Amino acid sequence: MAQTPLFLERRSYRRRRLMDAVRFLPFLVLALWMVPLLWSLPGEARTEDAVPMSTALRYVFGIWVLMVAAGWALWARTRTPVSDDKQTP
Amino acid sequence: MVSLNQLVAVCLLYVAGLFAVAFLAERAAMRGQARWLLRSPLVYTLSLSIYCTAWTFYGAVGYAARSGLEYVTIYLGPSLVMIGWWWVLRRLVRVGRSQRVTSVADLISARYGKSNTLAFVVTCMAVVGVTPYIALQLQSVVLSLAIFATPDAALSGQASGPFNSAKAAFWVAAGLAVFTVLFGTRNLNVNERHPGVVIAVAVEAVVKLIALLAVGAFVVWGLAGGVAETLERIDASAIGTWEVAGGRWVTLTLLAAVAFLCLPRMFQVMVVENDDERHLQTASWAFPLYLMLMSLFVVPIAVVGLNLLPEGSNPDLFVLSLPLSQGQNGLAMLAFLGGFSSATSMVIVATLALSTMVSNHIVMPIWLARGRESATQSGDVRHVVILSRRLSILLIMTLGYAYYRISGGGALAAIGTISFGGVAQFLPAMMGGLFWRGATRTGALCGLGVGFALWVFTMLLPSFGVDAALSAQTFEQGLLGLGWLRPQALFGITGLDPTVHAVVWSLTLNAGVFVAVSLFTFPSPIERLQGAQFVNVLDHADPGRGWAASAAGTEDLMIMAQRILGAEEARRFFLSEARAQGQQGGLPEPTPRFVQGLERELAAAVGAATAHAMVGQIVGGASVSVQDLLAVADESAQMLEYSSQLEAKSREISQTAAQLRRANEKLTQLSAQKDAFLSQISHELRTPMTSIRSFSEILRDARGMKAADKSRYASIIHGETIRLTRLLDDLLDLSVLENGQVTLNLREGRLGDVLDQALTTSLAGAARPLDVARDPQAEGILLHTDLDRLAQVFINLISNAQKYCTAENPRLDISVRVVAGEVQIDFIDNGSGIPADEREVIFEKFFRIKGVEGEGAGLGLSICREIMHRLGGNITYMAHGTGAGFRVSVPTDQQPQEGADSLARSAAS
Repeated sequence: MAQTPLFLERRSYRRRRLMDAVRFLPFLVLALWMVPLLWSLPGEARTEDAVPMSTALRYVFGIWVLMVAAGWALWARTRTPVSDDKQTP
Repeated sequence: MVSLNQLVAVCLLYVAGLFAVAFLAERAAMRGQARWLLRSPLVYTLSLSIYCTAWTFYGAVGYAARSGLEYVTIYLGPSLVMIGWWWVLRRLVRVGRSQRVTSVADLISARYGKSNTLAFVVTCMAVVGVTPYIALQLQSVVLSLAIFATPDAALSGQASGPFNSAKAAFWVAAGLAVFTVLFGTRNLNVNERHPGVVIAVAVEAVVKLIALLAVGAFVVWGLAGGVAETLERIDASAIGTWEVAGGRWVTLTLLAAVAFLCLPRMFQVMVVENDDERHLQTASWAFPLYLMLMSLFVVPIAVVGLNLLPEGSNPDLFVLSLPLSQGQNGLAMLAFLGGFSSATSMVIVATLALSTMVSNHIVMPIWLARGRESATQSGDVRHVVILSRRLSILLIMTLGYAYYRISGGGALAAIGTISFGGVAQFLPAMMGGLFWRGATRTGALCGLGVGFALWVFTMLLPSFGVDAALSAQTFEQGLLGLGWLRPQALFGITGLDPTVHAVVWSLTLNAGVFVAVSLFTFPSPIERLQGAQFVNVLDHADPGRGWAASAAGTEDLMIMAQRILGAEEARRFFLSEARAQGQQGGLPEPTPRFVQGLERELAAAVGAATAHAMVGQIVGGASVSVQDLLAVADESAQMLEYSSQLEAKSREISQTAAQLRRANEKLTQLSAQKDAFLSQISHELRTPMTSIRSFSEILRDARGMKAADKSRYASIIHGETIRLTRLLDDLLDLSVLENGQVTLNLREGRLGDVLDQALTTSLAGAARPLDVARDPQAEGILLHTDLDRLAQVFINLISNAQKYCTAENPRLDISVRVVAGEVQIDFIDNGSGIPADEREVIFEKFFRIKGVEGEGAGLGLSICREIMHRLGGNITYMAHGTGAGFRVSVPTDQQPQEGADSLARSAAS
């Protein structure tokens, strides 16, 4: 029975950590996109506290662009051999 | 101004182009060409864009104009799902591929024991949920046509004048139906994949993206005058501040994410049409990029539209009316094609997905149930399946058209959200099926039922308006007058946004009931089997065992397979299976594995439930029992056990081999020692023998020898024989000692007495004097051992010192100490000692120090060592300043060695 080794050489180790980043990324993005929940609404706060639409747009789309860039970077580094990761839980 | 006829002509040209592309792709796929394009991650990503329907294309701007940034939630959810592909989508796609799933209904039914009831329920729900969405697409196409036909009326938001929207909608629906029938039901099987449709969808995806970006660029740089100015305008507009309620932000993001997973059309392109799991990885960043671009210019278009267009214009059509109002006819045409693409691609794929479900889970089971023996009859049923597909497509299109005519349409976004809410009800059953082995069929049915009922009551019916489907009284006082059953304030919880309220209640109760019922019900064996396969899909690729050893005739299975797969396909499958079983020709044995494989092959054509039922008709009876499941589990447990046993055995064998190797080395060594010993003995015996023979020959042959000579020669012979006898005695002694056959004569005695005796014996008649220093006080120790043997050792050591000590005045120190239960007697002389490299070997047999004359055979120290071992003690050489030193250790308070004792006894008896 082939057993997965406890410790890995540097390359495989790096690859595993990149896959960890792939798994972690959606949660990070979710947290960032839920930040607008903290913004005050026009009804409940003074008007100068209201977040202008341009700021909101920049924030939401900024995260979007960063997410795509991060996703692309991770994909470019992890795409080649998919074989061993299929088994990792 | 573009005339309606021009527009229709362009539209028809575009559609003809799509037909051509789809046709070419279909032909290339058939011939196995152009795989680099047809099966590329790019096409896969673009085909996912059917998520962006006319609702996105037109509706998002309207949505933004009404509610600000809230529209973006519809894209955030799918982006999150895609970027989190590793968690859910990877598993979903793997299950879809390994189980040859054809639709959402098929997935859920396959997971819960291939239950057709469940598939039926899911299909009905999907039809109810998606039909408004199809109507919505028809509406958007008709609206956009109308704006070209009567621009002024449409711009001012009035009903169209000469333009007959019902007729237009009919022709659009008919055209789409024809396209779907042509490319969606060309052939059966090959996993329900449609390269023609997919490539057409990909082309439309590019068109709608370019169109929206073009309009957006025109608005930002053409009308507003740049990015900074646009942002200023946005902040100054009516939607210039952040005003999305937190609850709606979270709920709509969640809803969009869920719908992205559950929508039948998304499932079709994402799972069913997926060729390669790696495409998913590419799409994980490429599709969010697409969504981001699609929603980038929505707010600018909405704001500029609100600024420039007259009050009361329909914001849902800003994408079209803005370029039109600025006289940009070409751009307006492009925008129209973009909207048209969004609508048509969605309708085609949605209809295709729904028709597969309707045909596989409603029409086919009914057809199967009607003719009882039908599965075993000969004759091609493929035409039945294809016909039922085509009829289903027409039926769904008709339903969409009818819904459009009846409802008259509302705001695009509202219909979209309602549809999302409907399909989102599949989520608990789907995710539970993928991640939780305890999910049961009954649980799924109950959960789906509750969720669907709540969705209809809180979302669908209220959407028609007060007094349309539900009376105002029901809104106020609840269903049947029950206050806690108000459609927008269930259980008396008021103040929630209606959408949030409906989504949260329906999904929570759906999931809750699903889990609770699953916990209390017991799944059937086949459910458990499927559950294990779904949940563990990433761990092993083994298809598992679905059928108990069957009594099915392979001929019957062959006939059935031919009818569904077609003669050629079926023959190829049976032949490869026969080869896999190791047969040269003929039909394969109906092993469980083969039947399972066949069922899966059929499932790709007619769905898991139908395929299971058809195979069941031939194989007969229950397919799998609890005992079979346990047997499967046993088998794998046994395999594990066996492999670990093998591992242990191989370890054992390698250990034994190492031991054997060591033993072999020792034996070789011993054999060499024995040879050396024999040659030594021969040599030792030969020397005295030679002199005895010579002198006896002289005595015999010499005449007239003097008496003195005679007596001298005789005494030499005598001396040599004595030496021979001593040598033989020593050898005998050594052999007896080494074999443990010695009898020990254990007695009490004082150490001093033994030493006295030894000194007396060894120094008697000595040629040279030896000065012996002793410590009489320490020698008073009582010993319980074989005193004679001990004395023999002492004698040997003392006479060695006496013989070989080279000092002027030879001196021997005998000191006695008691250390840790043993007596150490040291014999140290003042001679030159033994060279360091020879100390190791002085106890070996026949060893004599080089360059030292002596009459011994070199056995003395060997005998001493053997005696001391027998007595439980030891003799060692001490590295001492000068002179030789030997230490004899004798145990004081313990019996001589156990082994020696028992050997002694056995030798004595």
